[in-house]
Amino acid sequence: MATLHSRSAARAMMAPAVFLLLVWMLVPLTMTLWFSFKRYLPLRGGDLGWTGFDNYVRFVTSSAFWPSVQATLLIVGGVLLITVLVGVLLALLLDQPMWGQGVVRILVIAPFFVMPTVSALVWKNMFMDPVNGLFAHLSKFFGLAPLEWLSQAPLFSITLIVSWQWLPFATLILLTALQSLDREQLEAGEMDGAPPLARFLHIVLPHLAQAITIVVLIQTIFLLSIFAEIFVTTQGSFGTRTLTYLIFQRVLESQNVGLGSAGGVYAIILANIVALFLMRIVGRNLDA
Amino acid sequence: MARAVTHQRKTLNTAIAWGIGLLIFFPVLWTILTSFKTEAQAIADPPVFFFFDWTLENYAVVQERSDYMRYLLNSVIIAGVSTVLGIVVAVPAAWSMAFVPSRRTKDILLWMLSTKMLPAVGVLYPIYLIFIELELLDTRTGLVIVMMLINLPIIVWMLYTYFREIPGEILEAARMDGASLREEILYVLTPMAVPGIASTLLLNFILAWNEAFWTLNLTAAKAGPLTAFIASYSSPEGLFYAKLSAASTMAIAPILILGWFSQKQLVRGLTFGAVK
Amino acid sequence: MYLKTMVRAAGVLALAAATGVHADSHTTTVTIATVNNGDMIRMQGLTDDFTSRNPDIALEWVTLEENVLRQRVTQDIATKGGQFDVLTIGTYEVPIWGNNGWLVSLNDLPADWDIDDLLPAIRSGLTVDGELYAAPFYGESSMVMYRTDLMEKAGMEMPEAPTWDFIRQAAAAMTDKDNEIYGVCLRGKAGWGENAAFITAMSNSFGARWFDEDWKPQFDSEAWANTLDFYMDLMTNYGPPGASTNGFNENLSLFQQGKCGMWIDATVAASFVTNPKDSTVADSVGFALAPDNGLGKRGNWLWAWSLAIPAGSDATGAAKKFIEWATSREYTALVASKEGWANVPPGTRTSLYENPAYLEAAPFAEMTLGSINAADPTQPTVDPVPYTGIQFVAIPEFAGIATQVGQEFSAALAGRQTAAEALAKAQALTAEEMEAAGY
Repeated sequence: MATLHSRSAARAMMAPAVFLLLVWMLVPLTMTLWFSFKRYLPLRGGDLGWTGFDNYVRFVTSSAFWPSVQATLLIVGGVLLITVLVGVLLALLLDQPMWGQGVVRILVIAPFFVMPTVSALVWKNMFMDPVNGLFAHLSKFFGLAPLEWLSQAPLFSITLIVSWQWLPFATLILLTALQSLDREQLEAGEMDGAPPLARFLHIVLPHLAQAITIVVLIQTIFLLSIFAEIFVTTQGSFGTRTLTYLIFQRVLESQNVGLGSAGGVYAIILANIVALFLMRIVGRNLDA
Repeated sequence: MARAVTHQRKTLNTAIAWGIGLLIFFPVLWTILTSFKTEAQAIADPPVFFFFDWTLENYAVVQERSDYMRYLLNSVIIAGVSTVLGIVVAVPAAWSMAFVPSRRTKDILLWMLSTKMLPAVGVLYPIYLIFIELELLDTRTGLVIVMMLINLPIIVWMLYTYFREIPGEILEAARMDGASLREEILYVLTPMAVPGIASTLLLNFILAWNEAFWTLNLTAAKAGPLTAFIASYSSPEGLFYAKLSAASTMAIAPILILGWFSQKQLVRGLTFGAVK
Repeated sequence: MYLKTMVRAAGVLALAAATGVHADSHTTTVTIATVNNGDMIRMQGLTDDFTSRNPDIALEWVTLEENVLRQRVTQDIATKGGQFDVLTIGTYEVPIWGNNGWLVSLNDLPADWDIDDLLPAIRSGLTVDGELYAAPFYGESSMVMYRTDLMEKAGMEMPEAPTWDFIRQAAAAMTDKDNEIYGVCLRGKAGWGENAAFITAMSNSFGARWFDEDWKPQFDSEAWANTLDFYMDLMTNYGPPGASTNGFNENLSLFQQGKCGMWIDATVAASFVTNPKDSTVADSVGFALAPDNGLGKRGNWLWAWSLAIPAGSDATGAAKKFIEWATSREYTALVASKEGWANVPPGTRTSLYENPAYLEAAPFAEMTLGSINAADPTQPTVDPVPYTGIQFVAIPEFAGIATQVGQEFSAALAGRQTAAEALAKAQALTAEEMEAAGY
């Protein structure tokens, strides 16, 4: 059906979206690059001239750089791990016959509608607060010393909060995929006397593989730039300073736009490495 | 289902699923409950669940301090208009990717997604300066544009995956009947893709509603949506759990209700092409 | 401007041209950016009094949490975004921004606003080269707030000017962890305006300083080691759990719930902890000067939340009228008539501390005034320093550096590193940042 006519029409129809995104990407990117070679300190009078690669060198040699990359990967990886594992289990459970399935699904989906700022505030104050939080009340009830969540297990706490927000997304996609699974195949496996675990490993899991890659891809895109959850809870203390947060500190707290822009360029590079890696996997699935 | 499920098995499933469902929902429930307590009850130890003096005081305080309706309206307009605009731009693009794929289609699609990975903080200064130049600061128009651009890649991708499931022959048949390209898309493709479009609309509405970086940094008094509303309650002086809960409930209630009512549509389309 | 051409050339978003339908009625709109602190929220509630006197001025409020507000306001003024007509800023920002020519001088406020009534310490902190760049809304120092009942139970008596050693003894005597009573609550949450402010002010009384006269960071000095060791000892033994995430607000809430024996923090908190509506311990709170170590300096700071007008505001006249109203004696009287004298914004005017009605209603008035007068931003610590500011260093880089230093201190308090490690990291990162800034 791909006639010459429809090809040029197709290109024309793709143009607005491509053009808009190109502008949205290139204009700020060009300006970021421009700033990144400048000594640009708004509080000291703004543009103080070109500095070559100084900002780039300074950003990576700063003692905060590698820990921030590490924190970023730990949070992203942790959330992916939790949401996918729990998401698969939850999807398997929700796929079983039960009463009130619709209501359960409504309950499970709820966190997805909560804005990140609100969820961070609620978790931080009403659950993780070591004096007035619900977790503290709970541990006191059992006679234990309350855990100081955000200072004693900061990365885990943030991972937990973010996982809570993204679990519904993972669960729903995995559930939809599960529901399209061929029942007869599953039942055939059952007749053959395959134990449940083997059935899961050989029939269900391969079927879910594609859904899992999608979950990983989409979530990674959003997780690389999480900000509100850290800003509200630890403000980057206790080793929770991600790359995004480090850039925020450079640009807004230190008002060093040049240095922050260089950091922005590094973040773009990191994102693209991750993206490339993911695209390889997902790209294959997109062909199918 | 060929096999009869035992009654016990179903009961067990139900119990576990409800338990987990309630556990996941609990933070939201707790926030809503706390919003009806007094500040003292909100931090009471042991915590009180349902048996407290229900009060609307917190809502009154919050409403008196900030004009909720204005923030709500901004949220609705920004999330709504940006999503609709995004779909208008994305439908033709997704159409051409799905039905006239070329060698580069996949690359373009993946490139579009990669633009979402630009760290927002890194480009705050450039965008802020552009907004000053174009007088877009603190305007809904400005935020609509940004939100549309942020979500456009996701919209294109979601639509693309739905469109791909529609057999090309139907479109071709329409074309044989003399339908123009515009008519083909508007009257043949779109109606068939309604579930997909609906779920794209919903998901992106939610994403735009919850976006809290640009909406906070590019607004002042006029265009601030509910994310800005929350920022004035986040950690004030003195006891604040109940008031924070009331403000939080007000900020998430509209989207929560919308989401619940439309969850069937949302779920039906929420596959990103993960299911064939 | 280069940028302009770049933007135009990009020709983006031409659809945006149809934007900005500005309200063009006869009223002038003044957009006020402010913090969500109690006194500011009260001011917002009293807006009607202003608009009824000035029917041609409409007020728009942007009330944000402190960190978000600072970020928004700094971003906007540094880029000349012009989103706000009145900014709520402090004694840290005013000298820097005033120097940059970013603020409108308020020297021409009418005579009956009475600039000479401002407390000298506060006024000098907001003045650059003879120009007053911000009008103080409320001013504060820091002092010890303590529970008189717990002191009595412990068989001790708080002197008017305690030493740090006494504070430690008292904290030990008052702590009763089984009943969730912690001897002392201090700021631990990272941030230049949170723990860094408190510990910097505290360090002055230990003879420590941020920089020597050549701008070399001094975190490797013995005085800093003593400061941080003492702080950690106090907090780990007698402080509340989770202290490393407690800022002003968290501690206020703990004190109001009766969980702190002593709290050393902003004098402005005095009216909150003695307000029976919010505080369970309202009738048993005593006050004392911030502690010292006999080195001639006390650990108290000086701060004033102030209202300023950014240069380039298109409503300068109306903004001045608003500032004049909000920082006037009449406003104070208005709050007093509605909420009682104890709740008026403190610490800005001499006349308030000569007002018998206030002195009677506010048991903390005398101590507040004494603390403010005892603060000297030009000579903050024992040894000479090249900077001004007590709990801050009035250079643009300070906020960024001190937040990171605060994070190291906070991590030490959380037990994630030792005090020595925190100081070594603070020294390194400060040196790094100062070098980057060209010192």
